[in-house]
Amino acid sequence: MATVKDTLDPIKGRAPLVTSGATFKEITDAVAAPLEADNYRAWWVCFLVAVFFLGIFLVSVSYLIWEGTGIWGLNNPVGWGWAIVNFVFWVGIGHAGTLISAVLFLFRQDWRTSINRYAEAMTIFAVICALMFPGIHVGRIWVIYWVFPIPNQMDMWPNFMSPLLWDVFAVSTYFTVSLLFWYVGLIPDFATMRDRSKTKARKIAYGIFALGWRGSMRHWLNYERTYLILAALATPLVLSVHTIVSFDFAVSNVYGWHTTIFPPYFVAGAIFSGFAMVLTLIIPARKIFKLEHIVTTKHLENMAKIILLTGSLVGYAYGMEFFIAMYSGNQYEQFAFANRMFGDYAWAYWIMVSCNVITPQFFWFKKMRRNVVVLFVLSIFVNIGMWFERFVITMSLSADPLPSAHGYFSPTIWDITTLIGSFGLFFTLFFLFIRFIPMVAIAEVKTVLPQADPHWHPEDEGAGHSDEAGSQEVTAHG
Amino acid sequence: MAEKKIYGMLAEFDSTRAIYHACEEVRDEGYKHWDACTPFPVHGLDKAMGLPPSKIPWIVLGMAILGGIAGFTLQWWTTVIDYPILIAGKPMFSWPAFMPVTFELTVLFGAFGAVFGMFGVNRLPTFNHPLFNSERFQAVTDDKFFIAIEARDPLYDKRKTKKLFKKLGATHIELVEE
Repeated sequence: MATVKDTLDPIKGRAPLVTSGATFKEITDAVAAPLEADNYRAWWVCFLVAVFFLGIFLVSVSYLIWEGTGIWGLNNPVGWGWAIVNFVFWVGIGHAGTLISAVLFLFRQDWRTSINRYAEAMTIFAVICALMFPGIHVGRIWVIYWVFPIPNQMDMWPNFMSPLLWDVFAVSTYFTVSLLFWYVGLIPDFATMRDRSKTKARKIAYGIFALGWRGSMRHWLNYERTYLILAALATPLVLSVHTIVSFDFAVSNVYGWHTTIFPPYFVAGAIFSGFAMVLTLIIPARKIFKLEHIVTTKHLENMAKIILLTGSLVGYAYGMEFFIAMYSGNQYEQFAFANRMFGDYAWAYWIMVSCNVITPQFFWFKKMRRNVVVLFVLSIFVNIGMWFERFVITMSLSADPLPSAHGYFSPTIWDITTLIGSFGLFFTLFFLFIRFIPMVAIAEVKTVLPQADPHWHPEDEGAGHSDEAGSQEVTAHG
Repeated sequence: MAEKKIYGMLAEFDSTRAIYHACEEVRDEGYKHWDACTPFPVHGLDKAMGLPPSKIPWIVLGMAILGGIAGFTLQWWTTVIDYPILIAGKPMFSWPAFMPVTFELTVLFGAFGAVFGMFGVNRLPTFNHPLFNSERFQAVTDDKFFIAIEARDPLYDKRKTKKLFKKLGATHIELVEE
């Protein structure tokens, strides 16, 4: 694999984030190119495949609403099946986007600029998928408004002491704030697309979303402050969301769930799975859309390092759960964990451990971190592993302390189509995104180019900026 | 139709370095009604322009406090006052259990304050603006940097302002109609 030779930024003394010494214009052109292509045949193929799976999702959900949750493999004692597994899986994926856009922004990790738009889009679409499951699994979807504190025919209010209600607030706030954050970041780029538009329809469409942005420094001042504050708000928010998701489990009295390690363990797992999903999505995209000089190997390597860190945290949490169960001296707790490892779902447990604990260890090696194929394959393993983690946790329900109440959950065809279909929903939205919205934050990437710094000196200074530049006066007509 | 009013004079620059020094000069000349437009936020340009700090943090603080109070009051009123139900033997006023929702609403209101506060302060959306009358101004979202001095500025003088822009190394100068 060819690696780009690292040259150093003249001011920061570090390797530049965007390689090949791109100019501002080249950045705009490179990012806008996929949105202005003449030939979308490949896109249509991908999009229609995604729409097909979206159709499967819609059919599954419609049948669910018609017939009820009995079409799923739920039973007694496993009253919570794939709906919660899929919900936690999708919400977790979303977390990497916020981590990249907010947490890395606060830590001034400039490398995030090349991937934050993409990762935030992934967040929003993943959270949409996640929100589907609590929405549809309630059985009587026509009274879903009972989860919100709005007056209803029973004159009752939701129970604010329940983690399930906290979840409603946490995930819907998370979705709203992520969307606002994403949109604020997009405004200058919509303006760029507006100003590049060749057709009137495009100009109007992008123009509406650009809100008449004209790059005024007086606006940028407030804009940058808003962006910083949103990052500062989103950082504790993202931690709170998966903490509260983990409360759905941890607050209930089920052996294997009722542990204090759940919040940090869930947050680490969420970031772990999310970064894997970012890699899965961006590795093909940077190749197809020729953005390899903007999303460089260095970006991928940094993400691999975060996967290694969070994957090891998750592995530590698996070990610590067992230790605490053993150390507690509580035989039911001990049974719950031994049962995970050797019980009915041992197969799922060992898939989870191999994918989540062993896979990231490859990233100790620089060669692996910089190998695109390895990254892509391993990221898919992580995605699979993290789905199984939630499955393993949820299946604690199958082994009640009373052996006569033990059961086994098997998914029906409808469980499977709903899960596969949710990927259709995700990718339909994703393909629409890459077709119509700049997938790299154009304005932000420009700020990390060396020439964006007012103190930057081109080596061949002298050309340009003098009277001979031929200033002329023209009156614009409008 | 009468001749259109002139909005101001627009100067184009090629680099962040040029616009930075140009802004410092325009500021020191004492102009008040002027603006710099750039494809991305140029670091430190607000200082070079002499702009006061943003008001956004105060809006966010106010909204976040409001959100927190609203969230807590909502939970207290619904659970303790309006329809008290004993759940799991917990006290009616189980305030620690109200913290997650209080926190979420604090963040939600704060974020609304940040985004819509920014729209308000910046007067967005403003779909039309005199500067859009300039063909060349379209490059402001690509790779060019602009300074516009408005005709209503007391120091504005067609000849003097143009001379200033020339001295500062503008690569193109034009008048923009209202």
